[in-house]
Amino acid sequence: MFIIDCPYCGERDQTEFTCHGEAHIARPSNPNEVSDEEWGRYLFFRNNPKGIHFERWTHDHGCRRWFNVMRDTVSDKILKTYKMGESRPEVNE
Amino acid sequence: MSNQNRTMYGGRVDRSKTINFVFNGKKYKGFQGDTLASALLANDVHLIGRSFKYHRARGILTAGSEEPNAIVQLGVGARTEPNIRATEIELYDGLEAASQNCWPSVKFDIGGLNNILSRLFPAGFYYKTFKWPPSLWLLYEHFIRKAAGLGKSPIAKNPDRYEQKFHHCDALVVGGGITGLVSALALGRAKCEVLIVDENPVLGGYILDTNSTINGKSCNKYIKSIIDELQSMNNVTVLTRTTATGYYDYNYLTALQKVTNHWKELSKTVPRERFWRIRAKKVILAQGAFERPLVFSDNDRPGIMMVSAARKYLNSYGVLPGKSITLFTNNDHAYSTAFEFNNKGAKVKIIDTRDNLSLELEDRCRKNSIQVFKSHSVISTKGSKKINEIEIQKVDIEKNELTGEIIKISTDCLIMSGGWNPAVQLLSQSRGKLRYDEILNTFVPEFSPQDLKVVGCNNGKFDLTENLNDAFTAGIDTAAELGKNSVDKVTWEGNEDISFTQAQIEPYALGKKEVTKGSKHFVDFQNDVTASDIFLAQREGYISVEHTKRYTTTGMGTDQGKTSNVNALALMSHIHEKPVDQIGHTTFRPPYVPQTIGAIAGRSVDHLFDPIRKTAIHEWHEKNGAEYEDVGQWKRPHYYPRGKEDLHKAVNRECLSVRNSLGILDASTLGKIDLQGPDTAKFLNMIYTNAWSKLEIGSCRYGLMCNEHGMIFDDGVTSRIGENHYHMTTTTGGAARVMSWLEEFLQTEWLDMRVFCTSVTEQWSVMSISGPNSRKLLSKLTDIDLSKDAFPFMKFRNGKVCGVDARVFRISFTGELSYEINVPSRYGLYVWSELMKHGKEFDITPYGTEAMHVLRAEKGYIIVGQDTDGSVTPQDMNLDWLVSKKKEDFLGKRSHTRPDTLREDRKKFVGLLVNDKKTVLPEGSHIVEEAKSQPPMKMIGHVTSSYYSPICGYPIALAMIKNGHNRLGEEVEIPLMNGKIVKATITDTVFYDKEGTKNNE
Repeated sequence: MFIIDCPYCGERDQTEFTCHGEAHIARPSNPNEVSDEEWGRYLFFRNNPKGIHFERWTHDHGCRRWFNVMRDTVSDKILKTYKMGESRPEVNE
Repeated sequence: MSNQNRTMYGGRVDRSKTINFVFNGKKYKGFQGDTLASALLANDVHLIGRSFKYHRARGILTAGSEEPNAIVQLGVGARTEPNIRATEIELYDGLEAASQNCWPSVKFDIGGLNNILSRLFPAGFYYKTFKWPPSLWLLYEHFIRKAAGLGKSPIAKNPDRYEQKFHHCDALVVGGGITGLVSALALGRAKCEVLIVDENPVLGGYILDTNSTINGKSCNKYIKSIIDELQSMNNVTVLTRTTATGYYDYNYLTALQKVTNHWKELSKTVPRERFWRIRAKKVILAQGAFERPLVFSDNDRPGIMMVSAARKYLNSYGVLPGKSITLFTNNDHAYSTAFEFNNKGAKVKIIDTRDNLSLELEDRCRKNSIQVFKSHSVISTKGSKKINEIEIQKVDIEKNELTGEIIKISTDCLIMSGGWNPAVQLLSQSRGKLRYDEILNTFVPEFSPQDLKVVGCNNGKFDLTENLNDAFTAGIDTAAELGKNSVDKVTWEGNEDISFTQAQIEPYALGKKEVTKGSKHFVDFQNDVTASDIFLAQREGYISVEHTKRYTTTGMGTDQGKTSNVNALALMSHIHEKPVDQIGHTTFRPPYVPQTIGAIAGRSVDHLFDPIRKTAIHEWHEKNGAEYEDVGQWKRPHYYPRGKEDLHKAVNRECLSVRNSLGILDASTLGKIDLQGPDTAKFLNMIYTNAWSKLEIGSCRYGLMCNEHGMIFDDGVTSRIGENHYHMTTTTGGAARVMSWLEEFLQTEWLDMRVFCTSVTEQWSVMSISGPNSRKLLSKLTDIDLSKDAFPFMKFRNGKVCGVDARVFRISFTGELSYEINVPSRYGLYVWSELMKHGKEFDITPYGTEAMHVLRAEKGYIIVGQDTDGSVTPQDMNLDWLVSKKKEDFLGKRSHTRPDTLREDRKKFVGLLVNDKKTVLPEGSHIVEEAKSQPPMKMIGHVTSSYYSPICGYPIALAMIKNGHNRLGEEVEIPLMNGKIVKATITDTVFYDKEGTKNNE
């Protein structure tokens, strides 16, 4: 059970949040022009890394804001939380 | 004779307080402070139950939470509880307990036949025997389920109350033995907020039963002074009878506190158990260790127990479990107990697997006239209800074989010690790693990703002085990490009679060869897993520890292998001739001990199980006898029976009232979202499949929402209130989902769009009046011009209704002339009541969700989630007209041209009329081209909605059928569960008022 540092509210219990899978998947700006394969990639393909993962969370039972989380899937440590629109943090290997 | 096994004095029971209890229907007496186990032993009761598989006689093996054998059915009636460890049950007056897994009685048990027939029941027996043929599995399962399980669950509802508590602290100390107490002391002195939990009613742990000294004082006195100091600190919370059961990420732990389990009466004020959810900045694990049994032939008889248990029964409870004691050991530490029993007048003999003893130990044995058989092993035991004799033989250490003459020894209590295993379960749960220690021959903690420290025996250290100093230092260091006060160092000195230093592993004390006949060498007592079973599993290829565990069931059950795991691993290591650390170990999972479901549920039972949402008009529904349907958390009137009407009759009447005159529906549960901002129209264009740019102020429009896969996920009517102001409605169940969906795209995808979404579901009461007389009723109560031209279909108007500010929408879900009257919720009940009053002349009829479903089905209107299931597109539903061809983009658009969504043979939404005009098809029925006597049949679709239509006079159904839009008029068949086959014809989806004129009147 994580403690998540909501960028708007601060540290809260995981029960207040929902995870929405991988972050930084941009919706194609020109859906009509992308091929079936490209569209399929946007719809269905997700990374499942062992290690650093960027994912979207919402603080449903709080400020209801969406934000991004950088989490190590091995240790389950949350390394960083950041607001939507902010760029993906650097990964120091 | 009562309490015949009690010593003259000694122990911590209060001998002035006699307690009466009943075991297997017989009355006994014990003392305040006894456990059920100690009181039974005191009364010379050794046979406690029968084992799981072979129904062998079993007694008391341990004195704590690791007990595999002595598990009983506790209490009677609604409060009865199965599988409770007698070693942990605190005696209270009137306690009733009974043996489990035996019939007709524990002394004469028919299931004991399994023991005689045990060669027929090897490991994996069920898997092998009952696998084929698959069609008979249901039959097998019935008998297997009957034979499986230990105690019996209560049938009546549990009257006890359970509570939950969230707790945050600087440091949690798990274990109130000496090391835990010393760590807590340092933390407490440093002014940390400390929680210390211990599963026993008394703090102090194992050391209380020894004559150790701490800093020159008797340990009992010293522990009392520590407890007194801890209890004087406001920053320290001490919980006894509290077991930490789970260790999760970020130092989140759960603990089960038994608050009144040991009370005679059900408490009216205090819960029975309290479930703690603890978030600790730091954790110190000080859970101690479990003594390890030895594996030898028939090592499971009543009267065979662990050395540490015997020591506790003697020193804590003043009970001598036997008069002629034999100690079977492989380590020095166990000798202390032998000496203590010797001092109490018991006859003691020692069997030691080792050939080298220290001179000091030999000397002490000689002085106490204790005979020691060195490098000997117990090779068999005898006694049907209790042990009475053992046979021993010399062990050739080099060859690991038995040799020489067999010696018989009579004994009434065999105590055994194979060394100690740290209680690593919580550390393992924390995703910690364990290391195999070659000296202790067991797994000890190595690392945990959580912020914790492990101290004392829990850490695989058994020297008292070292443990005291480590524990205090751990407390000081933890406080420092928390930035708390520094604490004066204390130098600790402890002295234990004989410390545990090392133990060989004795996986199989008989020797090297596997025994396949006769006697059983139990590895796991609770699951009746023998050494032979472990051999068998290896032979049959279940070599991984996880496979061996599941194939043999070793380490399963209510004790989760606390006494058996390490021996099973050692045996595997022995068979494969590989070191134990290469064998590995299974992963420990929560809970550490069994915990009641009641405690996990806490107060979330009955009406508190899930919140109940009621509309502002609910009171009226109650008074008028509504039957309810749960829609999400909402209570919606399902129908309003009059007199003795059943659902069918009531719904028919309600439907006809709407069609012929006037009905009224409480539609307040519909999701409502207020959308404002300059980009709202642009936003709606992306969210809905149809176009929104040209919607005028005062107009309403029906829209479909698709997800990015192009599948319908919600629908509803949205109206334009002002220039940049819209009122969206959603399905009742989809309200929260749609709100999140809108927020998601505004916050993550289109950050520049200026749109604000506010849920207003509960702010508005919505009453839908529907039927040809609805205009007549409303015109009596409003200042809004209701004429057809001034207020046409799909428009809304602001005005007064019954003197209350209202928004009235002219939209319809029944196909009749309808008005949806929205008023602020606080006026909902009033306006509803007024409508009912003034509607009398039209015989206004309240109708529920069932009639609503029928009425909309007659018109072919879809219900998202009933007619759709997340895998259908608007095109599948024949709703192409709602999908804009002109819009550049909207959510789901691109997916409508994926090859899969363009498939010709997709299921399409159609109507279905049964040919007999009588049968109401069950919803969900499969539709086939041609029914056959048995599967497989070519399935072409399924029924999504099906009702009797009172206005049509025959049943109607909606269905999804492959390529259905091109098959109108074709005949299909529906095989029912009862074997009947119904023929039906595919139709369009509108069964009533096909021209759609009534809406517009």
